[in-house]
Amino acid sequence: MSEATNPSVTDAPSNPIQSSRWADYKLIAENGLWKNNQALVALLGLCPLLAVSNNTINGLGLGLATLFVLLASNVLVSLIRNHVSDEIRIPVFIAIIATAVTIIDLLMNAYFHTLHGILGIFIPLIVTNCAILGRAEAYASKNTIDKALVDGFFMGIGFLFILVLLGAMREMIGNGTLFDQAYLMFGESARSWTIHFGGDYHGVLLAILPPGAFIGLGLLIAFKNYYDAKKVAHKQKDLGIQVSVVSSIKS
Amino acid sequence: MGQNANFKNLLTIMFASAGKLSLFVLISIVLLLGVKTITDPLVAKAERQNLLDTLNQVMPKDRYDNDPLQDTLLLTDPKMLEMLGSEDPVMVYRARKNGKPAGLILTTIAPNGYSGNIYMLMGILAEDFRVAGVRVLKHKETPGLGDKIELNKNPWILEFNGRSLRDDNDPRWAVKKDGGDFDQFTGATITPRAVVGQVKRTLLFVKQQSEFLYE
Repeated sequence: MSEATNPSVTDAPSNPIQSSRWADYKLIAENGLWKNNQALVALLGLCPLLAVSNNTINGLGLGLATLFVLLASNVLVSLIRNHVSDEIRIPVFIAIIATAVTIIDLLMNAYFHTLHGILGIFIPLIVTNCAILGRAEAYASKNTIDKALVDGFFMGIGFLFILVLLGAMREMIGNGTLFDQAYLMFGESARSWTIHFGGDYHGVLLAILPPGAFIGLGLLIAFKNYYDAKKVAHKQKDLGIQVSVVSSIKS
Repeated sequence: MGQNANFKNLLTIMFASAGKLSLFVLISIVLLLGVKTITDPLVAKAERQNLLDTLNQVMPKDRYDNDPLQDTLLLTDPKMLEMLGSEDPVMVYRARKNGKPAGLILTTIAPNGYSGNIYMLMGILAEDFRVAGVRVLKHKETPGLGDKIELNKNPWILEFNGRSLRDDNDPRWAVKKDGGDFDQFTGATITPRAVVGQVKRTLLFVKQQSEFLYE
């Protein structure tokens, strides 16, 4: 799956007057979690998202790994943003991201060995997750460390949320369970966390297979767009403007 | 003169950039080496534990007191490998108690599954060549039908526990449809037939070669 850095990645311009730091953070959070969600709006990092979301715990594992990488890369990129020239900017970002990913990879292999085995190639492949380079280039390289940190956190949480949500949807429909294999992450005591829905339900296999990932993500995006459009329509109605819902759906 | 100075200036900038990039890469390398030194022993330990956990599924822990990971035998004889359905060398882990043979753990492959090879791990006790346990490691059988050979889908695979061969052509070692003792699955006979057949062949192999295998 090829992913190009989306040129339309937009961020609210940071307010020069600095009305309030917290207002900025709030805006960053809104962007990361909803308005510019990397998975639902920017559509970045779809390769790992689609491949690993076949159950909740896998999604959580990869989501957390991605979150940590995003935090580390955003902070480091912001830290060095005034010390690297434009020519070597991208290679330095890549070196930072690759180092962060490799460290997470090694740590996961040491402490969550079995889960690491299941996630396999998708941990090293976080390097190629465009969402991370995208945030480094579009945000962290232009903003102060605190803002870069908050941005990394909320972008990561937004991505993690979709991974877990899609994972939970696919696991419920495809396997009839929730939190299966939680012990891989949380130790032996988590073996009892698995929730089974009905003893006779054996699941719709399609949900676990790759097409299920595409259909699931498509439904999530459709739901988000529908919800946003409804909201816009409501606002416009309140203002007395008549605009059809369809035309306001972002393409 | 002006051009020359310009060129020199450009060269300085280029070297500075190259130097900075190299510095970053160097820091990365040092950092990674450091982390790797810390995690390597932990990874090795986790890998060992994983393998041991798998072996213990087919060979109860209380049956042996040695370290089967250290007491191994690599089978390379093509005739032996043929009986195990494998083209690659097979590692045999040997369990002993008080120095005496207690059991063998080895992988074996049923070549005639419904869709290709079924990879199994099998533990065989030294006394009367009884099956200590069988687990399917990897297969491509039909989900919902043939995949009941996996323990987390169906307890069927436990039917093997404690069984042994009466003679080379023990009629009990077949699925019920073929007049044997083992259940088949509704809609899937080929898969259990392949598994039963290969477990039987492996038992025969261990019986025939037991002296060589424990030596």
